[in-house]
Amino acid sequence: MLRIPCPHCGERDYTEFRYAGDATKTRPAHGTTDARAWHDHVFLFVNPKGPHREHWQHVQGCRQWLVLERDTGTNAVGRSWLARAGEPS
Amino acid sequence: MTASARLPAGGRIDREQPLSFVLDHRLLTGYAGDTLASALLAQGIRLVGRSFKYHRPRGLLAAGVEEPNGLLTLGEGGRRTPNVPATVVELHEGLFCQRQNGWPSVDFDLMAATSWLAPLLGAGFYYKTFMGPRRGSWMFYEPFIRRAAGLGRADHLPDPDRYETRHAFTDVLVIGAGPAGLAAARAASRAGCRVTLVEQDFLLGGSLLSAAIGSADDILRATLEADVAAMPNVEVLRRTTALGVYDGDTVALVERHDHARPDPSKGEAREVVITLRARAIVHATGAIERSLVFGDNDRPGVMLAGAVRTYLNRYAVAVGRQAVIATNNDSAWSTALDLAGAGVGVTLLDERIEAGNGLADAARRAGVDVRHEVRLCRALGRRAVQGVEFARRGGAIERRACDVVGISGGWSPTLHLTSHTGSKPTFDVGLDGFVPGPFAPGHYGAGAIMGTRSLARSLAEGHAVGDAAARHVGAAASAGSAPAPTEEAPTGHAASPPDRAPGRGKAFVDFQNDVTTRDIELAHEEGYHSVEHLKRFTTLGMGTDQGKTSNVDAARHMAALRGIDMAAAGTTTYRPPYTPVSVGALAGRSKGTHFRATRRTPMHDWHLMNGAVMIEAGPWLRPWYYRWAGRAVGSAYVEEMRLVRTGVGISDVSSLGKIDVRGPDAALFLDRVYVNAFAKLPVGKARYGVMLNDDATVLDDGTTARFDDNTFFMTTTTAQAAEVMSWLEFLLQTAWPELRVQVVSVTDRWAGMSVAGPKAREAIALALPGVDLSSEALPYMGVREFDLDGTPVRILRLSFSGELAYEIYVPADKGTSMWTHLLEQAAPLGMRPYGLEALASLRIEKGHVAGLELDHRNTLDDLGLGAMASKSKAFIGRELAGREALKKPGRWSLVGLELLEPTAKLRGGAILFSRHDALEGHGRGYITSVTWSTEHHKLIALALYEDGRMHEGEEILCAYPLKNEIVRARIVSPMFVDPSGERVRA
Ligand SMILES: [Zn+2]
Repeated sequence: MLRIPCPHCGERDYTEFRYAGDATKTRPAHGTTDARAWHDHVFLFVNPKGPHREHWQHVQGCRQWLVLERDTGTNAVGRSWLARAGEPS
Repeated sequence: MTASARLPAGGRIDREQPLSFVLDHRLLTGYAGDTLASALLAQGIRLVGRSFKYHRPRGLLAAGVEEPNGLLTLGEGGRRTPNVPATVVELHEGLFCQRQNGWPSVDFDLMAATSWLAPLLGAGFYYKTFMGPRRGSWMFYEPFIRRAAGLGRADHLPDPDRYETRHAFTDVLVIGAGPAGLAAARAASRAGCRVTLVEQDFLLGGSLLSAAIGSADDILRATLEADVAAMPNVEVLRRTTALGVYDGDTVALVERHDHARPDPSKGEAREVVITLRARAIVHATGAIERSLVFGDNDRPGVMLAGAVRTYLNRYAVAVGRQAVIATNNDSAWSTALDLAGAGVGVTLLDERIEAGNGLADAARRAGVDVRHEVRLCRALGRRAVQGVEFARRGGAIERRACDVVGISGGWSPTLHLTSHTGSKPTFDVGLDGFVPGPFAPGHYGAGAIMGTRSLARSLAEGHAVGDAAARHVGAAASAGSAPAPTEEAPTGHAASPPDRAPGRGKAFVDFQNDVTTRDIELAHEEGYHSVEHLKRFTTLGMGTDQGKTSNVDAARHMAALRGIDMAAAGTTTYRPPYTPVSVGALAGRSKGTHFRATRRTPMHDWHLMNGAVMIEAGPWLRPWYYRWAGRAVGSAYVEEMRLVRTGVGISDVSSLGKIDVRGPDAALFLDRVYVNAFAKLPVGKARYGVMLNDDATVLDDGTTARFDDNTFFMTTTTAQAAEVMSWLEFLLQTAWPELRVQVVSVTDRWAGMSVAGPKAREAIALALPGVDLSSEALPYMGVREFDLDGTPVRILRLSFSGELAYEIYVPADKGTSMWTHLLEQAAPLGMRPYGLEALASLRIEKGHVAGLELDHRNTLDDLGLGAMASKSKAFIGRELAGREALKKPGRWSLVGLELLEPTAKLRGGAILFSRHDALEGHGRGYITSVTWSTEHHKLIALALYEDGRMHEGEEILCAYPLKNEIVRARIVSPMFVDPSGERVRA
């Protein structure tokens, strides 16, 4: 049972969350007409083994989308922050 | 049957508390503190079962969870539980058990007499039967094999017992309450941590429980237990097994209450699965003794030396009067000394040149006949061991009569749980066994699991890691000093790898699965070289004991055949659960209707009381059809459709997803997520909208209404409600945080009901006389919000059925009163409720797509919705909609079908072919939805078909291979009723 720290709700079971993958990519600005930019964003993933940042939503809690640091090799969980707020300095 | 083997005094049993139990319909007695195994041995019952394949007589090998032979069936009826090791069953009054795998009985087994299956069941039999070219032979053999081979049988009755689930947290979890675990729990609790100590046994002490009452080890055990019991911050869970360790240091535990004979009618649970989240874990799981491999080593009375000592000291059972102890390490010498002390004649055979300090002298003083550099060749006897043959290397065979043989092939650290965490076992040559590899942060090991054989060192390690675990979780207090043993037992002199003798008879490695050294050699000859292949070829280690006593011996045998060392041979992968767990415990109370949450609409009770037959729709329970319309769905839904097409009906649409979209940028936001324009939607109007995924496939459709400049009311399909909500939140929180918009799910806040049919306006006018329902005041796609005696009411004039229709929303708690009010007032018009089947059929007739068509592969064009896409604004999915493959001809797109054979059937899932196609493969499309059309008096369908509408008017074939049906149908427009939309605008 992965345990995920939520900035609002504290450490919770991962079963309370929805997973949405890679959070290191930046979505093309709305209205971007370059199909290649959308193609790369939607279909191309790095999928590293090791430290990674992912989007998780606390659906059974505060419903906030988080960015979570997770090591995909060891499943060790690191920091998290609200996607809306950006990485804390 | 022999005389009682119970000693007159001693043991951790309560002779004041005799307990009656039943074995194979015979009434027997034991004492509180006994296990079923010790009670059987005390009664002189040695033969506990027949072996898996060869039906050889088998006795108990062990005294703990590693027991491979002594599997019994416990309980009767729905409580019947097969394959339970007698060694883990705490004796209680009224226990009912049966020996298994013997016919007609275990004592007299005809299968063994004929042994006709034995040649069939050699190594590789199962593997080849399932995997090889002779796979079909399984069909032939299976019924015979099932009857003759195999273990106990389960039954098919419902289990009357109650099982529970618990969630728990702790700072430091200590697994195992032997000396190391007790010392760790003591240290961590003294340092101020919240500690959970888990022990599978019903007593604490682990290996110390096998020491004689009153001995130094026994006094130490009592002191440690008292120390731990004195700490208020330690939770001790006895009879509790750690099944597995998972990510996030979450541990699955199962706590068993069978000893207390729980009563389900009082809510008492038989077993509780605990999901425990720990901040640090101390692994103090000990070690399991290995057997020795020699001819006929499975004769009843051949037991692990440690088990012989446990039965003697803990349960006051002398398993025999003449013992042979055979070993390659020091631990079995304690058994020899204790047996001699109890008056048992003992011969000790040690494979090594010498034993640990002073052991030989002590043994000789106690009257033990000590022999060095000898090994066992063969056990004699059949239903019980009667003697052994042994020899020096290359020497002549000697015989010794005996009635019990205690064997010790060394100790294997119990590293199952540490392996679950990813710590890869490494081979320790000095120990002659595998030990855990490096631990993850927050994990610690102490005692025998680390290969430590000395009691003093185990205590010191336990104390040190208990303290370290406490520091890891931030404890500040001192753990004090480590407990010290009052007297040091013989320390572990290095074990020598056991020397294998080629004696006559079958030499078993895995007792439970009847795997012999010959089977391993056969596997080697056939090229199955790795331990993982060996396991699958021979079924070695695949029994309910998972090879706890045999895996290392098997790897050693394989390594010797290949000429490699043990480190290179390695181990197979350890997976949860550590010991078998009942499915009932894992399910807990999540069974039947509690398997998952059920969602009910506000009018649920009304439906039940008024003749609705309910159906599951995702998590929702919805009215399927009502009994007023017919006794079975097939006739009822058609009657309900007719009502809506000719009069007026009302249906519960509360399960539709409802999202409140609010804020100064709400219109701009909707403009981005829908393919069609919403920014200029006037207040008081609704619009049908379609959303795409980023990859341009259709995500969902629904209607969104504007109640004021900044307030929108979005509806989604029932199926996609949660998806759409999360998607909107994702966009607002990650991509466009600058938009001033809030979204809130209000699905549960509003009760929804659709009033549909040519008389819908009249019906509502009767119920809500003050509301202007004229087309001028409330045109098609118009919406209105008003107050009715303090209750907010929303009316949306929109239609799913193609008829004049209104959706009415009121707060959930007013749902039933509005519903009954509408029905009562509109009764003169004949309004009645209609269910989901009719609702879905009406939309099929109208050609509205729904979940069955929206398969996340189709584009707007595929569904005939291409014209909806705005040319003048950007929307999600727009750019990728232009991908070449999505524009190519040959895509499957939405069509209508009408059946051309009046007596045949159209079926959902039927595969579609053109008349000229060979009827094979995936065809040109498939049927998504079927209904009877009350308009056309025939079966119609929606389907996806290659280049769909281009083939309108063409006759095609619908194949349904499951029923061997091929029927003719014609491709038509999917809009079967009112294509110009006059009715909805009436
Ligand atoms: Zn949260």
